[in-house]
Amino acid sequence: MINSSLHTLSQMLANKKISSVELTQIFLDRIDALNPEINAYISLNKEKTLAQAQAADVRIAAGNTAPLTGIPIAQKDIFCAKGWRTTCGSKMLANFVAPYDAHVISQFDAVGAVNLGKTNMDEFAMGSSNETSYFGGVKNPWDFDCVPGGSSGGSAAAVAARLCAAATGTDTGGSIRQPASLCGFTGLKPTYGVVSRYGMIAFASSLDQAGPMAKSAEDCALMMNVMAGFDERDSTSLNRDKEDYTRELNKANLGLPLADLKIGLPKEYFAEGLDANVGKVVMDAVAEYRKLGAEIVDISLPNTGLSIPVYYVLAPAEASSNLSRYDGVRYGHRAAEYTDLNDMYCKSRAEGFGAEVKRRILIGTYVLSAGYYDAYYLKAQQIRRLIAQDFVEAFKQCDVIMGPAAPSTAFKAGEKVDDPVAMYLQDIYTISTNLAGLPGMSVPAGFAQSGDNKALPVGLQIIGNYFDEARMLNVAHQYQQVTDWHTRMPDLKVPEDLA
Amino acid sequence: MEWEVVIGLETHAQLKTQSKIFSGAAIKYGAEPNTQACEVSIALPGVLPVLNKEAVQCAIKFGLAVNAEIAPHSVFARKNYFYPDLPKGYQISQFELPVVGKGAVTIQVPAVGKNPAYEKVVHITRAHLEEDAGKSVHGAVEGMSGIDLNRAGTPLLEIVTEPDMRSAAEAVAYAKKLHELVQWIDICDGNMQEGSFRCDVNVSVRHKGTENLGTRREIKNLNSFKFMQQAIEYETRWQIETLEDGGTIHQATVLFNPDTGETRSMRSKEEANDYRYFPDPDLLPLVITEEDKARVQADMPELPEAMKARFEADYGLSSYDAATLTSSRSIANYFVSTLESFGGEPKLVANWVMGDVFAYLNQFDGLFDTCPLRPRQLAGLLKRIIDNTISNKMAKDVFAEMCQKVGKYVAASNSIGATHEFGSDNLANEIIEEKGLKQVSDTSAIEAIIDEVLAANAAMVEEFKAGKDKAFNALVGQAMKASKGKANPAQVNDILKQKLTG
Repeated sequence: MINSSLHTLSQMLANKKISSVELTQIFLDRIDALNPEINAYISLNKEKTLAQAQAADVRIAAGNTAPLTGIPIAQKDIFCAKGWRTTCGSKMLANFVAPYDAHVISQFDAVGAVNLGKTNMDEFAMGSSNETSYFGGVKNPWDFDCVPGGSSGGSAAAVAARLCAAATGTDTGGSIRQPASLCGFTGLKPTYGVVSRYGMIAFASSLDQAGPMAKSAEDCALMMNVMAGFDERDSTSLNRDKEDYTRELNKANLGLPLADLKIGLPKEYFAEGLDANVGKVVMDAVAEYRKLGAEIVDISLPNTGLSIPVYYVLAPAEASSNLSRYDGVRYGHRAAEYTDLNDMYCKSRAEGFGAEVKRRILIGTYVLSAGYYDAYYLKAQQIRRLIAQDFVEAFKQCDVIMGPAAPSTAFKAGEKVDDPVAMYLQDIYTISTNLAGLPGMSVPAGFAQSGDNKALPVGLQIIGNYFDEARMLNVAHQYQQVTDWHTRMPDLKVPEDLA
Repeated sequence: MEWEVVIGLETHAQLKTQSKIFSGAAIKYGAEPNTQACEVSIALPGVLPVLNKEAVQCAIKFGLAVNAEIAPHSVFARKNYFYPDLPKGYQISQFELPVVGKGAVTIQVPAVGKNPAYEKVVHITRAHLEEDAGKSVHGAVEGMSGIDLNRAGTPLLEIVTEPDMRSAAEAVAYAKKLHELVQWIDICDGNMQEGSFRCDVNVSVRHKGTENLGTRREIKNLNSFKFMQQAIEYETRWQIETLEDGGTIHQATVLFNPDTGETRSMRSKEEANDYRYFPDPDLLPLVITEEDKARVQADMPELPEAMKARFEADYGLSSYDAATLTSSRSIANYFVSTLESFGGEPKLVANWVMGDVFAYLNQFDGLFDTCPLRPRQLAGLLKRIIDNTISNKMAKDVFAEMCQKVGKYVAASNSIGATHEFGSDNLANEIIEEKGLKQVSDTSAIEAIIDEVLAANAAMVEEFKAGKDKAFNALVGQAMKASKGKANPAQVNDILKQKLTG
């Protein structure tokens, strides 16, 4: 049951093989058993969750169903959900109960999906290991000593440990794809502007994009059908016709299914810094694609090396401004004692924000300051255009780009917390797609042993051109028809009846 | 050495939109605190701004009205600073690329003492769209400060001039002109008490004939023209005295205290914020096409300059009269309505509107758009002058009576809280009838009166015949008196002349 695809679960619900309340209860029981250890969820509200499941059952009984009606979904705690505590992983919002629904939340509500709970995350989505969360780290279900990646670490662990049917995440520099790689499941960051950011707590507005985290490409397509679409409340939301993201899943040529596919391998993604064993798994996956009929071409994304420095100017700049609203005046943490207004600001923010958030606010404030703006912010914007141009050139030579999603498998908790630059390098292969606004996904491609660790999941990254999500999902789905990496799940000790 | 003051203005005009500039919240003035603060106004986590197209229309309208360049591509930027009434910790404004570029307005500077009135062009540097902040409320709760976010997100157009003005009178003339213009094109209600129209004035002094600008101080938030005049005069004197005493002027923001008539420094440049402006990633660049401009242009009312020229050309009015009648949209509307209702005689209508109606409104600080005496009623009176029913002099009395009557209607309707039609269109006729003021234009009746007068004043007749012209006027006066003022004076003149000389 817990390992079933969304499509299977949907059919079981429609055929009354199981009710939404029963299905939801299975996941809630599993969360009870495993979450105390894994810490994937920050907030659970069984009453609200089961009420939604009951409502879904009423809908199903009335025959008024959509593909995700009655299916329990974990929501990253970055989405405001009415009546739910919405913390964004921060002490600043530890007691903030959202009075309104994010667009993504209301989209799931509209189809009758069930909100299973709010998942753990790096504070304000700033981190690659989930270790900056005020609510504690999250354990990688494949190895409890390791991190799940971040910032969507809670959603990642929940999907990998089958503590939900599927989850939402957000990706500013790799926060869906890197944890998907480290936890061995399928995650998609859509083209910027495809999923509305309304009600999604902002980290870096020009880079933030929500997307699905699920077991397979097919599940991601079903999630995308709910999440994507124009929303007039987000000025950067793209006014395009509604798409069916499942439409190309089974598109295949007779004989060799992907005979007309050209895959580009950027040499910069296989250079120094990539764990050799991870590289081997990625190349094995590429070999599989060759067998499916795809043509492989070597390409170059020459400005890849600039993506991390550019990102760590632009994202903190936007964040420093986006996080100014947390001042203790209207909501959120306020210091217990202060002498005057300025002291209230200083103490509330000093107490409410963690070290990584403060680091980025300081960097961002610095790069926007008079006298430094041109040298940092403006220069970074110029290079951002060059990075986007790299992809324009690359897509003249290929249909999709492939490479690793992360430079290594999951690393040990605590290993990189004191070395921000080493942590930032986790996103070396994912950040440039955010800067360019392109869609990217991570697909389970096998297991590799990095250093002393045991063999852990490796993700294959697929980068597509703007609005090519349906095609990328087809490319991933065809691979998942001939491999079973996406069906593997960690061996977790749970009571017999929940396994 | 002679000093010269150099003045530039920054004006915040609150735009007359239905809702806020980046959200759908209402913007009615005076609502209960925080009842017009939606999730965007409060800056809850996750909310996003969406630009109100109506505010953009207003900006285009203004740009067209001052002949300015309207940017095909402008950018919203974040101005970052912390303040409790600024919920996001930044204000969305425009910085490097404003929606309205260089433009100009022509001002009429009134005569002062022996200096005659003159015209002057004030150049507009730019005008940009931005959101207003909320308000801090002190004392509503004992020992606490409250925040009212009703105003947060209200659309503003900030209009910046070049340092073109050289006296308080010029600055006030510009401010008044701008105040009328934004109301004329209906983008701002102009209510200065409620803060819909606020001016910041940059003042510096220099020796006359020098090129370089002196160090400026900015007088913030002036909400009346009187205070603006006083503040600039005081500030100018203060700066000149400071420099003459060997001191230096430091760039600063100052506040005007109406009670003392003085300006005092609020913060120096050193304490000023680094606002860390950068393009707002939540908003797309604002694109305005030629078609957008054409659409707004089609809806534009005739502008005061064009209307003034038309009044001169079509109605033969003097430049001064045409300027006075187009100094506000409400005067112009009143004039045009009276003229239409009357059907001609623009000079007569202009004289009455600028003279008697103006004086009447002045008695109680009334405004033309709410003038209790309606244009049709005034036209009714003027018709009786033209058709010789009453004399011009009698018309003044009838006018006074009409004003008194409509005044009573107004008072009565105010006391019962209703809006009324204040008397009929026929009001002038009713009064003329009621008071028996109808002018006598019947030749035989006038002849009879004159015959009586001549018979009773033989001595005067003799004097006239002896060559004393004055005696003629005395006889006219006697005839008018005998008719109780109702005889048509022109006819009296003619008939008397005939009888004495014929």
